[in-house]
Amino acid sequence: MTMASSCTKLCLQCKGLLRSKTVASTWQYSTQVRHCNTVTRLPTKFLNGSSVIGGNLTAAHARQRWKQQVFCYSGLTTRHLGNEAKEDNDLEQSSGAHVVAYKSPLLPIRDAVPATESQISLDLDAAAELSALEEINDEEAVSISVPAAIPPASTSLRDYVDQSETLSKLVQLGVNLWKLEQRPNVGSMLLKLNFNTDVAPRLLFLKEIGVEDSRFGYIITHNPFIFSENLENLRARVNYLKSKKFSSETVASMVSRAPYLLNFSVKRLDNRLGFYQQQLNLSASNTRSIVARLPRLLCGSLEPVKENLKVCEIELGFKANEIQQIVTAVPKVLTVNKRKLTQVFDFLHNTMKVPHHLITKFPQVLNTKYLRVKERHLFLEYLGKAQYDPTLPNYISLNRLVSLPDETFCTEVASATLDDFNLFQKTL
Amino acid sequence: MSTPAVRMFRKLEGLFCVYKPSGVHWKLVRDSIETNLLKGLNSSPSLPLPQEVRFLAHPSDTHPDSEAEAPKGLTLSAASVPVLSKHHLVTGPEFQHIRVGVGHRLDAFSSGVLVLAVGNGNKILNNLYRTRVTRDYTLEGEFGTATDDFSHTGRVVERSTYGHITQDKLDRVLAMLQGANQKALLLYSNVDMRSQEAYEMAAQGLLGPEGKSEPILTGLRCVNFQPPNFTLEVQCLNETQKYLCKVVHEIGLELRSTAVCKGVRRTRDGPFTLQDALTRNHWTASDIMHAIRQFHSLKRKKKHFHTQTKDPVLQPPEENVTTASEQTETSDEAATAVGRVK
Repeated sequence: MTMASSCTKLCLQCKGLLRSKTVASTWQYSTQVRHCNTVTRLPTKFLNGSSVIGGNLTAAHARQRWKQQVFCYSGLTTRHLGNEAKEDNDLEQSSGAHVVAYKSPLLPIRDAVPATESQISLDLDAAAELSALEEINDEEAVSISVPAAIPPASTSLRDYVDQSETLSKLVQLGVNLWKLEQRPNVGSMLLKLNFNTDVAPRLLFLKEIGVEDSRFGYIITHNPFIFSENLENLRARVNYLKSKKFSSETVASMVSRAPYLLNFSVKRLDNRLGFYQQQLNLSASNTRSIVARLPRLLCGSLEPVKENLKVCEIELGFKANEIQQIVTAVPKVLTVNKRKLTQVFDFLHNTMKVPHHLITKFPQVLNTKYLRVKERHLFLEYLGKAQYDPTLPNYISLNRLVSLPDETFCTEVASATLDDFNLFQKTL
Repeated sequence: MSTPAVRMFRKLEGLFCVYKPSGVHWKLVRDSIETNLLKGLNSSPSLPLPQEVRFLAHPSDTHPDSEAEAPKGLTLSAASVPVLSKHHLVTGPEFQHIRVGVGHRLDAFSSGVLVLAVGNGNKILNNLYRTRVTRDYTLEGEFGTATDDFSHTGRVVERSTYGHITQDKLDRVLAMLQGANQKALLLYSNVDMRSQEAYEMAAQGLLGPEGKSEPILTGLRCVNFQPPNFTLEVQCLNETQKYLCKVVHEIGLELRSTAVCKGVRRTRDGPFTLQDALTRNHWTASDIMHAIRQFHSLKRKKKHFHTQTKDPVLQPPEENVTTASEQTETSDEAATAVGRVK
């Protein structure tokens, strides 16, 4: 009897704990049922365990209390022994009907939380009758569902990943959950997603338009809000892009490289395309090629682009047709940092004495790092080979100056070794 | 538990030096080195995921609610599944921050040797800071202009002729400056110049300021003179790069002309020379590991040499990291100091 009393004492303690936990989760659950159809794991597990009981309500009530006790005791043992023999129930399918039917048996339990001593003693008697050492048949043993010890609220998704089907499948796809949980509210949004109704249709849609499976992780990590977009809207946007004569492979590559693209409305995409076409006075096919190569242009705001264009025109002194040529060849110039652009241009034009038309011919120099251009130019100057005028002999073209990797640059352009270049860098 | 990343990090703890290019803030250098080290550490292979045993329902009945009704016989199967909560995409990278410390700082205008320390090397860095370690600079100057911040990028304040300046006059001015600095050195030594103690300290090269003091140039000479450009080589203590630009400006004034500083380049910081400095394309984890290994072997060699030539008087009281080269150098200066004192 002493063992039973100690058992019941333990049961009482964890019952108190568990009751508050399950009550909290059932409250949570009931409010959720009212607002939306998604279902979280813990409360339904609890309900499913009790759904084993059939028949009349009173028997169910008593058995349920017993079940609850077994529930918490087994929970204790598993915690102590450490081996988690959990059943991985797929509970996202449990229908609303079950929910409604079993809310009523829960009500008396909820009210029992501010229980009096007499009530607890009553339960003790009940516990003494139905002890945990009672023999149950195999079917009931199999159907005991042990709830996972997951906290009702947590700052990290790693507490929920093993129990949530959505999260496990996202990790298997390659989504960086750690990065996503740093963003506010994204973690809770992902947890509430239902894999089969929310995630899978959109991934299938992406596959339909031609995005490769290996890119899903990248896309979701950068844009988790693709799951809150209406499928109809997504289809409409893809159709709009196709109507603007983007081929399907181009659309697929644009979506893979700019994950936020399909979150923007058709009107906004239209606005952007129109802006680029008008501002730069480009033909439709040129606009298409720029946007296809740098799909980020359609996603970001237009203010920095306008500023960059003004800088090119006024500060750097390029003519309109030169700007057109530069942007068609290297669209990144539209989004590069203004200060870096002016720094590189200043060095190119005033120190290296390269005229505007040559820079227009080799626009990738505007995209390089300032230090790279400076070191290489000074090295060539030290060797006496800094000659960028195509009309004179020993001409070195600007694209060979900046685009070649260090070793090739040293051997071919400067006719020196890499060590010499390193030693020279240390004299600057 | 020692993962390959942790083992790699142990090898990365120590001191090394990089060549900081001019026009870049030292903090950017430190940040990019930290980013590169993190990249290198987190790319090392991680341990395999731990597995756990779970009892999964037999997938014959597709409707999971049917599980609620007693299934015919036990249809649970044990499966060993990986614990996804330990996956690196869920827990984040193994290393999220590394302590990278900077030795004597260099301002954005100057370039040169910048000493950095990783992890436990920061303690040795503190010692380096506290010992009296000199630094070598190369100053490029140009006669004819004076600016408000003493460098060639400042606003021009004055222009003057420099035709009258010869190498001889320059050398005389430099000698005068050096003398003044030697006097300052003796003054800050906190020792009565007429005592035996002062003589012994001077003989071993231990004269000098303890801790913070005015910047003192322990050596100064002109290596290149082609008017209007000239190059100076300086050894100094407790200096800032702005002070060195000011020195160039003052030299111009002493020569009845004006001068401006075009470049400040640190060629040596204590035992770290230009030879060991890593250039920008070598700021990767593997190159840094190599440089740190070199530093450790050098330290071991010098400790060995130190214990071999052990002399109780020679042993400085504070630390055991002073290298033999620095000792010989300070004794050279002591010799000249003794000469001047006379």
